[in-house]
Amino acid sequence: MAVCIAVIAKENYPLYIRSTPTENELKFHYMVHTSLDVVDEKISAMGKALVDQRELYLGLLYPTEDYKLCRYGYVTNSKVKFVMVVDSSNTALRDNEIRSMFRKLHNSYTDVMCNPFYNPGDRIQSRAFDNMVTSMMIQVC
Amino acid sequence: MSPTQWDFPVELCCRPMAFVTLTGLDVVYNAVHRAVWDAFCANRRADRVPISFKVLPGDHEYPKCRPKRTSYEWYIPKGILKTGWMNKHLNLVPALVVVFYELDWDEPQWKEKQSECATRVEIVRQSLQGRNTKVAVVLIQKKTPLPPGEDVIASERAAALCNACELSGKSLFVLPHTDHLVGYIIRLENAFYEHAQTYYYTEIRRVKSHKEFLNKTTHQLLFVRHQFKIAFFSELKQDTQNALKNYRTAYNLVHELRAHETNILEIKTMAGFINYKICRLCFQHNTPLDAIAQFRKHIDLCKKKIGSAELSFEHDAWMSKQFQAFGDLFDEAIKLGLTAIQTQNPGFYYQQAAYYAQERKQLAKTLCNHEASVMYPNPDPLETQTGVLDFYGQRSWRQGILSFDLSDPEKEKVGILAIQLKERNVVHSEIIITLLSNAVAQFKKYKCPRMKSHLMVQMGEEYYYAKDYTKALKLLDYVMCDYRSEGWWTLLTSVLTTALKCSYLMAQLKDYITYSLELLGRASTLKDDQKSRIEKNLINVLMNESPDPEPDCDILAVKTAQKLWADRISLAGSNIFTIGVQDFVPFVQCKAKFHAPSFHVDVPVQFDIYLKADCPHPIRFSKLCVSFNNQEYNQFCVIEEASKANEVLENLTQGKMCLVPGKTRKLLFKFVAKTEDVGKKIEITSVDLALGNETGRCVVLNWQGGGGDAASSQEALQAARSFKRRPKLPDNEVHWDSIIIQASTMIISRVPNISVHLLHEPPALTNEMYCLVVTVQSHEKTQIRDVKLTAGLKPGQDANLTQKTHVTLHGTELCDESYPALLTDIPVGDLHPGEQLEKMLYVRCGTVGSRMFLVYVSYLINTTVEEKEIVCKCHKDETVTIETVFPFDVAVKFVSTKFEHLERVYADIPFLLMTDLLSASPWALTIVSSELQLAPSMTTVDQLESQVDNVILQTGESASECFCLQCPSLGNIEGGVATGHYIISWKRTSAMENIPIITTVITLPHVIVENIPLHVNADLPSFGRVRESLPVKYHLQNKTDLVQDVEISVEPSDAFMFSGLKQIRLPAQAFYTYQYFCQATGSTHG
Repeated sequence: MAVCIAVIAKENYPLYIRSTPTENELKFHYMVHTSLDVVDEKISAMGKALVDQRELYLGLLYPTEDYKLCRYGYVTNSKVKFVMVVDSSNTALRDNEIRSMFRKLHNSYTDVMCNPFYNPGDRIQSRAFDNMVTSMMIQVC
Repeated sequence: MSPTQWDFPVELCCRPMAFVTLTGLDVVYNAVHRAVWDAFCANRRADRVPISFKVLPGDHEYPKCRPKRTSYEWYIPKGILKTGWMNKHLNLVPALVVVFYELDWDEPQWKEKQSECATRVEIVRQSLQGRNTKVAVVLIQKKTPLPPGEDVIASERAAALCNACELSGKSLFVLPHTDHLVGYIIRLENAFYEHAQTYYYTEIRRVKSHKEFLNKTTHQLLFVRHQFKIAFFSELKQDTQNALKNYRTAYNLVHELRAHETNILEIKTMAGFINYKICRLCFQHNTPLDAIAQFRKHIDLCKKKIGSAELSFEHDAWMSKQFQAFGDLFDEAIKLGLTAIQTQNPGFYYQQAAYYAQERKQLAKTLCNHEASVMYPNPDPLETQTGVLDFYGQRSWRQGILSFDLSDPEKEKVGILAIQLKERNVVHSEIIITLLSNAVAQFKKYKCPRMKSHLMVQMGEEYYYAKDYTKALKLLDYVMCDYRSEGWWTLLTSVLTTALKCSYLMAQLKDYITYSLELLGRASTLKDDQKSRIEKNLINVLMNESPDPEPDCDILAVKTAQKLWADRISLAGSNIFTIGVQDFVPFVQCKAKFHAPSFHVDVPVQFDIYLKADCPHPIRFSKLCVSFNNQEYNQFCVIEEASKANEVLENLTQGKMCLVPGKTRKLLFKFVAKTEDVGKKIEITSVDLALGNETGRCVVLNWQGGGGDAASSQEALQAARSFKRRPKLPDNEVHWDSIIIQASTMIISRVPNISVHLLHEPPALTNEMYCLVVTVQSHEKTQIRDVKLTAGLKPGQDANLTQKTHVTLHGTELCDESYPALLTDIPVGDLHPGEQLEKMLYVRCGTVGSRMFLVYVSYLINTTVEEKEIVCKCHKDETVTIETVFPFDVAVKFVSTKFEHLERVYADIPFLLMTDLLSASPWALTIVSSELQLAPSMTTVDQLESQVDNVILQTGESASECFCLQCPSLGNIEGGVATGHYIISWKRTSAMENIPIITTVITLPHVIVENIPLHVNADLPSFGRVRESLPVKYHLQNKTDLVQDVEISVEPSDAFMFSGLKQIRLPAQAFYTYQYFCQATGSTHG
């Protein structure tokens, strides 16, 4: 189950970040922020690849030494990043499950972007997006 | 730091090397022995065999060997591994004892020496009783030995010595003390190494042999112990592959032990040791992934084995140590050439170690919070008789007790209390900070700047808990800008909150104010109640009072801080703090905007300063001043209100010095620009806003340029992108986002109020004095002075044009090369209102093409702006593009005297030169005269008078002339013969009398002159009458200098009757002219 979902702008500031309310919110913010090191590195490494061959899913970002919270990354073509923290202490999610979650997130994000009243770069306040994130955060409980 | 309970013992962490003792060496007094010893221990590089040597006296007592156990049936082990065991085999029990003895083969007293040597060996054997330790003898000899087999005495005596000492021949060595000492030593130690390996091999066999006596119920501990010993001996034997294999087996056996709260520490300790060995060997074998996998497995297996809840901090301490040790091993391997990556580097292990150290601290805080009256138990349950534990990981008060039931609960309680009280004295922060700083160093190396920042925040917070506020602030300050520049406001707020606490506790005024300013600002994610608390504190501080303590601070520290703040109040000194805002996000925003990108010098320069406060309560400022690049304007742009300090809170909503949260306040400034600044840029270099009062404390917020702080550029970008319609506001209010900073303006000259007209007749004709009439009329209301005219070719065009364009004011004479292309600053005088003046300019253009001409009129005028008299310099310019064309085209052709076109002319035969002058000018031209200047080779046949004098040509009309010329024979000249020049003098018909006449010279074309042998000239009457005879005369001229035979035949036409010779043959003399007559009578037809 996802415990924290974040959307990060191209310039690396948060557009949207939500974590399970039961836990320390700040911890997740730090977690997402530190993940950007790896995201940045992965993006710069794949910069040479052809655009249409580019894989948006970045996979597991950090090895988790506490073996509990796994961080996964995803980057859109416009360099907007999605970071998801998944609690794998109870159920280990398969890679393709994570992929499909990201794809769902991307679709929802695209919907947000299509809204003519949304100004790209502003914080995401869409209710539809919020609901989708909520559904993903309780999905596999 | 002194080693703690949790640090691994040195003997575990070192690389085990075969232990060999050297006896019989007197390294203090004997130079030879000293040299031998030095050769053994100096330069022990990687290429030498791994042996650790020690010099001991010959009668040294080695640890006693316990009697061999014949049966394990009744034996119950008391623990897994004795604490002294590793050290014993590394440093106490040698694999080989070497007896050095000075003895040459030709020793005269051989018998005595031999028996002395045998005695020494015997003494060594005695003290090693029961051990398998090998003994070897080295004879130090003065002479170089002969090759083996040649020295009969030597081999005899060697055999005898071996016999006496009960040594095999392989254990007797000879060390000649000669030049090649090091070489001999290396050979010796290689031999020692072989002996040592044999020893360790037998030791392994010995330990293995115990196995068969063991049973699984009572001897579980021994399985681990023996496996560990085998592995350790394998390491000593340098058989790392087998060592690793055995350690792995031992590791599995450890986890098979029955675990209980009483022995869990022992199991974990041993598991930690073995895991350390495995990881170390994996790194050594260059299989880091195996090491990582083993470590993960280890952590997975152990992290749940917490043990006693009252001592759970011990588990975290142990976990922390595991991670730290692995990090050290990883780092060590990297130093030896292993490459790590961003997502797998020692930093993670140090970070995790730090995490467990933090957990340990938390647990210790809750578990060890005994009252001060609780005394440390006496006698100390942690003391043992020997000062050390017998077995690794056991409790000192119940060593060797294997029962899972606590025999003495009271003793157990006292023991736990002692451990808890000891834990209370541990400086956890120090441990945590060390680990964090290790991790920071690693993450810096592996390109993880954000991870580094995160760890630095943790370090800062730890320093804060450790009450080292200076260091805490230093670290927090460092990372703040990272979070700020990336716009992670939640993280920034959290860091700032800690920083504010630090600065409060140290009573650091400037820091306290800076952090407060930012925590009140729009970047802060604090709740409003927090913000208003901080704002209240800030106002207190500005009124020279102490702020309230920050929440959740240590009570003792707060007391100290309150005293410090009280001292600050009484302390006189600088109470004005200037804070540059460009590096952070303060709660007041500022934008400066000039009303226009440029101002005329005769109108006042106006600009607005917009201010907006983001704090929860209104705030009053005491002063606002604006600085410019020209500092003379600064004095005009200051708003100041002398308000008493206690008024800050009162009448807040009134007055322009008050900022209401969320409302944009506009302040208008204006000043008159200096006339010297015309053409210059006026820039706002900074805006200073003073909060508080100079009598209390005063903070000056300093914006560079026209405002803007660390966050505003991104906001401006977002605002610019936005399509959002903003709600309508009352007229005098504006949306903050819609204000765009305009921090500079140009001062431009006053708008001229004159008219400049140009009168001329384009196009200009090449070389003519083209007349340009400039009319200047003043529309000013007062007299204008110092009117100056600059006219001519506009600068910045093709450089060739400058050479071929000349301007003059005097049209009566032709200008030449010396005249300039641009006339500057021609004084024209003053002009009264409405007055007009005219100025004629003459331009001579030497080449065709278009040119831009500039007419620039400048003048001075007095005027008043804002009741200030200024002298303005105004100017107006006019540009005109004038095309220059040729006035006419001249065509020249050669024709015969019969007006037939000639490709070439014949020597001495007259021909005609025809000129055709076609006017191309749109204006009428007057050809004043023309003249033909012949080249010397040409002669004229008749007078060369001009035939076109004073002819006026309209556009498209042409004037032609005809001259009869002759050219003497000149031989064959390549390219023809020059003809001469045709000179035309002309002017515009409309031009005035005094305008000079322009002369245009045309170079006539060359003509090819050809010699002909015979020239025939027919002399025909211009007309004949019907039926009358018509005399026709032919002149034949022989142009050669030879006699030519000429045959003439006449073929009359049908219209004529013919008389005379029809055919004639005659010789023609050279240069003779013959005349031939014939008559014809014509008849009319039809």
